[in-house]
Amino acid sequence: MDFKFDIEKNMEKVRCLETFIEKNRQVPGVLIPVLQEAQGLFGYLAREVMEIIARGLDVPVSKVFGVATYYTQFTFMPKGENDISICLGTACYVKGAQEILEEVQNILGIKDGETTPDLKFSITSTRCVGDCSLAPVVLVNDDIYPNVNKKEVKDIIAKYKVEVECYDHL
Amino acid sequence: MIKLTINDKEVSVPEGSTILDAAKQLKIKIPTLCHMSLYDIQFFNQSASCRVCVVEQEGRNNLLPACATPVSEGMKIRTDTKKAIRARRTIVELLLSDHPNDCLICAKNGDCELQKIAADLGIREIKYPGEIATFPTDNSSKSIVRNMTKCILCKRCETMCSSIQTVDVLTEIGRGFDTVMGAAFNLPMDETTCTFCGQCLAVCPTGALSEVNNVSKVWDAINSDKVVIVQTAPAVRVALGEEFGMEVGSLVTGKMVGALRRIGFDRVFDTDFAADLTIIEEASELIHRIQHGGKLPMLTSCCPAWVKFFEHQFSDMLDIPSSCKSPHEMFGALSKTYFAEKMGLKAEDIIVVSVMPCVAKKYEAARPELSEGSSSDVDIVITTRELALMIKEASIDFENLDDKEFDNPLGESTGASVIFGATGGVIEATLRTAYEFLTGKTLENVEFSSLRGMQGIKEATIDINGMSINIAVSHGLGNARHLLEKIRSGKANYHAIEIMACPGGCIGGAGQPFHHGDLSILDKRMNGLYKEDRGKTLRKSHENPMIKKLYDEFLGEPYGEKAHELLHTTYVARKKI
Ligand code: SF4
Ligand code: SF4
Ligand code: SF4
Ligand code: FES
Ligand code: FES
Repeated sequence: MDFKFDIEKNMEKVRCLETFIEKNRQVPGVLIPVLQEAQGLFGYLAREVMEIIARGLDVPVSKVFGVATYYTQFTFMPKGENDISICLGTACYVKGAQEILEEVQNILGIKDGETTPDLKFSITSTRCVGDCSLAPVVLVNDDIYPNVNKKEVKDIIAKYKVEVECYDHL
Repeated sequence: MIKLTINDKEVSVPEGSTILDAAKQLKIKIPTLCHMSLYDIQFFNQSASCRVCVVEQEGRNNLLPACATPVSEGMKIRTDTKKAIRARRTIVELLLSDHPNDCLICAKNGDCELQKIAADLGIREIKYPGEIATFPTDNSSKSIVRNMTKCILCKRCETMCSSIQTVDVLTEIGRGFDTVMGAAFNLPMDETTCTFCGQCLAVCPTGALSEVNNVSKVWDAINSDKVVIVQTAPAVRVALGEEFGMEVGSLVTGKMVGALRRIGFDRVFDTDFAADLTIIEEASELIHRIQHGGKLPMLTSCCPAWVKFFEHQFSDMLDIPSSCKSPHEMFGALSKTYFAEKMGLKAEDIIVVSVMPCVAKKYEAARPELSEGSSSDVDIVITTRELALMIKEASIDFENLDDKEFDNPLGESTGASVIFGATGGVIEATLRTAYEFLTGKTLENVEFSSLRGMQGIKEATIDINGMSINIAVSHGLGNARHLLEKIRSGKANYHAIEIMACPGGCIGGAGQPFHHGDLSILDKRMNGLYKEDRGKTLRKSHENPMIKKLYDEFLGEPYGEKAHELLHTTYVARKKI
């Protein structure tokens, strides 16, 4: 899936990143801190941003991408307006969190870690969020949904959707 | 020196050697899979990812990978214990459990190192059936097919592409079960800076990387009512025999011509003819640049992978390569004009097939600059290996074929064109002609030995008419990058440079029979070419009588108007990332 990254609109942040690269380029093992800085600035690592990093550090872009995809901390799509986190910690998992994740994926037509093309929703599976007594737990942005069962998923998502027609499965 | 014993035999090896190096010295065989060392070109793949080479060390519990463990004083190694052998077997069984195992229809069937090791270990069942990591096949380019479902993540391709070619296309992406060897952003190959040199597939142990196979296209052409012309590059004739179990470096020109005729080509011509022509054009261009204050150095342009490399990496210097098309493209252009005219045919009635040592030529043939209207100069390119497949498919007894001669008029060639196939050959051939063009004197000693051999960068200064001409030759794109950077920063003062993307030049092309890690094969092929050159009475391109005739009848002046139209080309600046 392609999300166009608008360099013009993000010019200020791009400058920040370039300054960070410029300051730290001699530091050994600087690639990971630079990737972290970039993700901090933009929320995710766009292709264009990784190209800027490759040029700035004078390392092959393939290497930047290879390293970034190795670490689970980096994401490659912008988060949606509404980020749905599904806890896959032990307690939630035992209570069927996997099924809930699958249901969310089916409804939105995207996979874990992805974002809908209209940028409205994204799915992020997480580890234990510390509310095991409420398992399985789903978070949408800052709202907590306890003891979720598969049938409720539709209604939860519906609360956040703007245009009903977008999602045929609803 | 470090002393150790392997299987009770004592050996001393230099510090820093691996257990595998020491075992080799004792002629003790340890199976390997991911490991590959090509000392001649300083290629060392030491990812130690497969663990097929494990051995036991006395007094230690865990097994050691022989290819990556440095020797230490007094080490006692055993390669033949039950534990080591069993571990190797399990490792290969695990590899096979994540492999499609469709060997019978695999591009690498018979040449695959995984297949060989499974056979050597006598594996007869898939012991751990499980999920196979599958990835879509990348068919995007004209040259290379990537089937990562067959990848064993040995990293040889990555090492080749980054440390030898310095193109850095391939890298390991992701982690765990989903890890895949690919390009940045998972881009298809035709959207990357890949040069299509194919050296990655030349070292890939499995069918994960292979050339785009055009054999069926050639059969279709032969079975059509068009006139099908075939041409063969210099390097093919010293390698084709290997595919039929003949001695490495055997010169099989005559048998190759015979086989091509049996296969059913209407005309069997020689790219060497066009190589002579390339020399006339290139030497004329060089002289023109020297005499008219043109851009120097002039770089050869016969290697399409090298051309794509500079288009991406040195797009600010597009004016230094020679504008000459590569020989097989010149040949294609002439087939569809000069030859067509002679035969009373139209360009569309002719199909030109090139047999090349090269996978980049497949991409090159599709370049829009290299066509006239809707007709490409060259229609189909197959490699030495694909030709061998066709000969086998037609069940031709290659070894026992009689020697046959190329057809005319595009089949005559000199010794100068033959050596095109080896690194240094193009510039040596150019010098033979440029010398005589500039001095009007006969060049007595035609062999420029300082330009020959496997050294990565070779230099020589040649005195022509009191003028010192500085020459450099490089093979392997990393060496080329080094030269180009020197030129860009003004630190070099060369007149002419030859560059070939493949180590050893085209004899080491990615379309040649696989070397399986033994680069001495390249030396033997090289010797085969130099032998053919020595055996020719005519050894300078401008002495080729058919070339003279071609200029008289058709082209006019070398480097003239018609020559420009048909034999020269242009380059485009491409993205560096
Ligand atoms: S063909 Fe050459 S440039 Fe392309 S990926 Fe393979 S080694 Fe790298
Ligand atoms: S593609 Fe081939 S050479 Fe590259 S890592 Fe996979 S198996 Fe090894
Ligand atoms: S050196 Fe020869 S075989 Fe290799 S890419 Fe260039 S033209 Fe092809
Ligand atoms: S496992 Fe889900 S909240 Fe602890
Ligand atoms: S050959 Fe030694 S680890 Fe693969």
